[in-house]
Amino acid sequence: MFTSVDDVSARLAETGYLASPAVATTVFLADRLGKPLLVEGPSGVGKTELAKAVARVAGARLVRLQCYEGVDESRALYEWNHAKQLLRISAGRGETWDEARTDIFGEEFLLPRPLLTAIRGDDAKVLLIDETDKADVEVEGLLLEVLSDFQVTVPELGTVTATRRPFVVLTSNATRELSEALRRRCLFLHIGFPDAELERRIVRLRVPGVDTALAESVVRVVGALRAMDLRKAPSVAETVDWARTLLALGAGTLDETVVRDTLGVILKHQDDIQKAAAKLDLDAL
Amino acid sequence: MNADADTDLTARLTGLVDALRVHGLRVGTGETVDAARAVEVLGLADRELLREGLAATLLHGTAQRPVFDAVFDLYFPRVAGGPEGGRPADRDGLRERLAAALAADDTALMARLAAEAVDGFGGYGSSPGSDGWSSYQTLDRLRPQTLLARVRDEARGRDGAAGFGDRLLEDEIRRRIEEFRRMVAAEARRRVAQRRGRDEVARRAVAPTADRVDFLFAGKDRLAELRRTVRPLARKLATRLAARRRRAARGSIDLRRTVRGSLSTGGVPMRPVLRRRRPARPELVLLCDVSGSVSGFSDFTMLLVQALHDQFSKVRVFAFVNRVDEVTGLLVHGAADPEGLGARIRGEAALTGWHGSSDYGAALGEFTERYADAVGSRTTVFVLGDARTNMADPNLPAVRALSRRARRIHWLNPEQRSRWGTGDSAALAYAELVDMRECRNVRQLDALVGRLLPV
Ligand SMILES: Nc1ncnc2c1ncn2[C@@H]1O[C@H](COP(=O)(O)OP(=O)(O)OP(=O)(O)O)[C@@H](O)[C@H]1O
Ligand SMILES: [Mg+2]
Repeated sequence: MFTSVDDVSARLAETGYLASPAVATTVFLADRLGKPLLVEGPSGVGKTELAKAVARVAGARLVRLQCYEGVDESRALYEWNHAKQLLRISAGRGETWDEARTDIFGEEFLLPRPLLTAIRGDDAKVLLIDETDKADVEVEGLLLEVLSDFQVTVPELGTVTATRRPFVVLTSNATRELSEALRRRCLFLHIGFPDAELERRIVRLRVPGVDTALAESVVRVVGALRAMDLRKAPSVAETVDWARTLLALGAGTLDETVVRDTLGVILKHQDDIQKAAAKLDLDAL
Repeated sequence: MNADADTDLTARLTGLVDALRVHGLRVGTGETVDAARAVEVLGLADRELLREGLAATLLHGTAQRPVFDAVFDLYFPRVAGGPEGGRPADRDGLRERLAAALAADDTALMARLAAEAVDGFGGYGSSPGSDGWSSYQTLDRLRPQTLLARVRDEARGRDGAAGFGDRLLEDEIRRRIEEFRRMVAAEARRRVAQRRGRDEVARRAVAPTADRVDFLFAGKDRLAELRRTVRPLARKLATRLAARRRRAARGSIDLRRTVRGSLSTGGVPMRPVLRRRRPARPELVLLCDVSGSVSGFSDFTMLLVQALHDQFSKVRVFAFVNRVDEVTGLLVHGAADPEGLGARIRGEAALTGWHGSSDYGAALGEFTERYADAVGSRTTVFVLGDARTNMADPNLPAVRALSRRARRIHWLNPEQRSRWGTGDSAALAYAELVDMRECRNVRQLDALVGRLLPV
């Protein structure tokens, strides 16, 4: 898919994603080694966005499995359309039970979910397993199976094997430690907060009207906030939102009033806002 | 690549993997093979790409990264990091250039200057071969921290002092100086390694990951670093507790199996399973030795439990040295300022009588008398401390009484098990009465708390 690490950076950038050297290198390796990529990091640093960007670059279809507490095989892999099956059974066409059984476990009654979708068909796909840590531990067994062989067995239909393996990205906020076995299957990438230079570029790309000086000030303040040991440090998403807000307010430069009035865009907890205001020497809120 | 270079590379890679294993990282053969392929695909030309590629293939988590970086620097050193053993060092000139690099936030230049600084000021001894390189000595001669005012004035001269950013400037420069100090340390370590053979240094000179540092021996910085992990750790534990709770109250309808099951009877009968009602959440009491010797451990654990308080119907925390006082309130307000917590507890609570060393017997006795109401049949009690009584009576009857009243008692001891019962430790006597566990570092604490906390 890519010819070099630089090629990864350049083509991701074309689609609006600015990759750090670590990100570009790991994406390149994931492609070359054909291994799933496990991306961990705080909220809002561009984990989900990375998978989308890879899909755009590859001209691939993005198949997304959004994990949550309670997600199970029938949501992740496939499900039989029970309502339709029951209707079919009660419609009873006067055939034997065996015939009915064969019929209701055919393609027509199958609801493929993301994992199955991702390994069927010949088109290029990026499989995004988003927020893996939110799923229960049992689901990991399922992921492990699918990601080892890229095949899925539907007892009533047989085994489906991928003819073309998808590029797989798993994301996690590390609210729960994923199992060692799953980690072993994957290349590991931690995305942290970007360095100042990269973050300035992200701001300018995502908020086109912002001038260089304002982008620089915004990134500096966010950097100072991150050093404060707050309950929730601002992420790239907040930096971008903040720049956008400032632009909308017509604020050309930062001053005490502007920062004080917009601190709520960057910080979500009241005690963080107070702590930051004190450390930044803003007048009492 | 010729054959020699090839063997050298293989040797380095296996050396690196071995060193990582010595530091407790589990690296399998699969990962090692991937790492070799990564080297092949990425080439050796760009060291930073190589670093990222090896990290991606060999690591499974973020906590392992600092160890990895230090080990990587040893096995894949920067080539020609400055004029090694070159001309006599010019301290003022170097400080001059460092000031400029700090002002410009030029990390690449800072790294080169760190190499030059260690070269010029870090060597000690006189006979080649027996000598070493010291980051301490380098930093002591160079004193980068004293450049703060200068760098600040220089940056101000350039950008002006009027803007909002000016108030951020000093802290930014401090962080850059810190970064420079880290670079010096890494460079000194690298040179020592070159002299002494990498493998030996890799085993000894790389700091362990924070979660394996002994609470009892962790320095101030390490404890601060640990405190920053309280919240993520609490979040993880909360999810684990929730999972255990769910397992305890399982029983929702599995539609897929129900339909499959109904097929065998040819019909549609469904057997709905009712969810069990959730029992009231448990209560928790923490009884913590906060005397100097174990305060790092207690402070950390108190913060952790505080961060988990919404998992319980009630959490009460008591601190003692040789007297007991309830500190639940202090802890709630202290959550926003964890650094100051320990000091405030020791400052505001009445914890010591006429002497300042811990007395488990007296403290436990006072607890059972004064706070009898705190412990009931739904209460799980955690005692935190090293059980070192300073030769006083351990007051075993008090512990017996407590264990009769409570649902469970667990005692977490930050001392290594082999030291229990030595000297003035009453650990073995207590361990006969209550469930005592060794809890030396965050890794153990995480595992224990995840298993022992009631759900
Ligand atoms: N490297 C980047 N290049 C361009 N935009 C970025 C980059 N990193 C982050 N962003 C911006 O940050 C926003 C948030 O990113 P995203 O939703 O991918 O975060 P996330 O890491 O998946 O967070 P969460 O863990 O909360 O799901 C994106 O919409 C994008 O605007
Ligand atoms: Mg996301």
